[in-house]
Amino acid sequence: MSVPTELGYTAEHEWVRVEGDIATVGITAFAAESLGDIVFVESPAVGGEVSTGEAVGEVESTKSVSEIYTPVTGEITEINGALEDAPETINSDPYTDGWLFKVRVPGELPQLLSAAEYTKLIEGEN
Amino acid sequence: MSESTSAPRLTALHKTHEEAGATLVDFAGWLMPLRYGSETAEHTAVREAAGLFDLSHMGEIRLIGPQAARALDHALVGHLSKVKVGRARYTMVTAEDGGVLDDLIVYRLGEEEYLVVANAANVPVVASVLAERAADFDVEVVDESADHSLIALQGPKAVEILAPLTDADLDEIRYYAGYEHTVAGIPVLLARTGYTGEDGFEIFVRPADKAPEVWAALSAEGARHGLVPAGLSARDTLRMEAGMPLYGQELTADLTPFDAGLGRVVKFEKGDFVGRAALEEASRTARARRLVGFVARGRRPLRKGQDVLRDGVVVGTITSGAPSPTLGRPIAMAYVDGDLDTTTGAFTVDVRGRGEEVDVVELPFYQRKS
Repeated sequence: MSVPTELGYTAEHEWVRVEGDIATVGITAFAAESLGDIVFVESPAVGGEVSTGEAVGEVESTKSVSEIYTPVTGEITEINGALEDAPETINSDPYTDGWLFKVRVPGELPQLLSAAEYTKLIEGEN
Repeated sequence: MSESTSAPRLTALHKTHEEAGATLVDFAGWLMPLRYGSETAEHTAVREAAGLFDLSHMGEIRLIGPQAARALDHALVGHLSKVKVGRARYTMVTAEDGGVLDDLIVYRLGEEEYLVVANAANVPVVASVLAERAADFDVEVVDESADHSLIALQGPKAVEILAPLTDADLDEIRYYAGYEHTVAGIPVLLARTGYTGEDGFEIFVRPADKAPEVWAALSAEGARHGLVPAGLSARDTLRMEAGMPLYGQELTADLTPFDAGLGRVVKFEKGDFVGRAALEEASRTARARRLVGFVARGRRPLRKGQDVLRDGVVVGTITSGAPSPTLGRPIAMAYVDGDLDTTTGAFTVDVRGRGEEVDVVELPFYQRKS
């Protein structure tokens, strides 16, 4: 299961890519694989203020509904509109084209797990 | 009946599934493949080529003896004595009050011999009810569930895949027929039945531990035809598209076959049987509810338990819902009030507080071209 080293992770199986004050958020390959085929994504509203740990959307697979929690606090600047018609992109490219939303983070980033720490976490769940 | 406290049972194909990288789930007390890779791809393979399913969790109960036919006519709602040797029937077993205890497929193996196939979760109930109801007849009732593996080969390529591996002339096996044959040299009950809406076969392997050989032979032969192993997730969406009921969802002990729109399985002409009085009553009274199909206009999946509304008023509840790979849209089956006019009004489904627009459609959602 791929866990790119340049990303930060949460115990809720989200990944975060930080570029300047913008954090891009998605779900990990492990999460996508566990959920099965993703068939629907409910994205947060662009412009909304969100805080760490808040449920901001949903990912639905054939069998389940999972909430998406934002790992960072800030303003939603962009959502991945392509997922509306092609939610399965999350299964095929979870770390690139399958990103979920971007947040402008004015303050400090919360503590995220490193790739090594996250790998250990999912090995424990397997 | 909950078996969740004990470790789930393993089928004879468990190792095969593990080697294939299956995601396994506890289902009715059995550890079963949910999917091997993409459940949508498995579903599509069954519609377009073929899929291989391990259904060894299903139960097999044999009735053998001079009064086997009479015992089943008494115990079930169907007219099993009328079934010809080599043929099968879809039928049900109800309680005295007409509530459905299970839906069944019954194969007539001989003049004095039947095989009753029950849903995994209901095997203990069906076996004990059959034994009890057959007690006054000259027949032996044997729960042989543990002795059998069951493999289903389903899809338009099923005949091509199976033909070189069996002694059977597959053209001679009609839909809902089953005979003793061999597959990959192993003696089996080979039946042309299924739960996917496609042509296909169900292969009862006895002893159970011969199943990996049958599975391997079918996999090898099927590879060039696009055969893939398929899990319970695909099985559920396939049967839903085909409008087939699932016990525990469309069928429960609180409903008679008439409530489920399946009153045709009840055969009053055969004489007396367990549940007859209640079922006659149910057949006369207007049905309290009716099973209807819905297709969503949006992409958000519809799920079991969600309310169906017409013009903002709750008129029913979804019993099964899923994204349909074939239609490319979410589908659902729901019970609505029996006298509801479904031809007018705006229908929505309450998905966690959101009103998703849906359209009423005729069941089934999918029918194969014959």
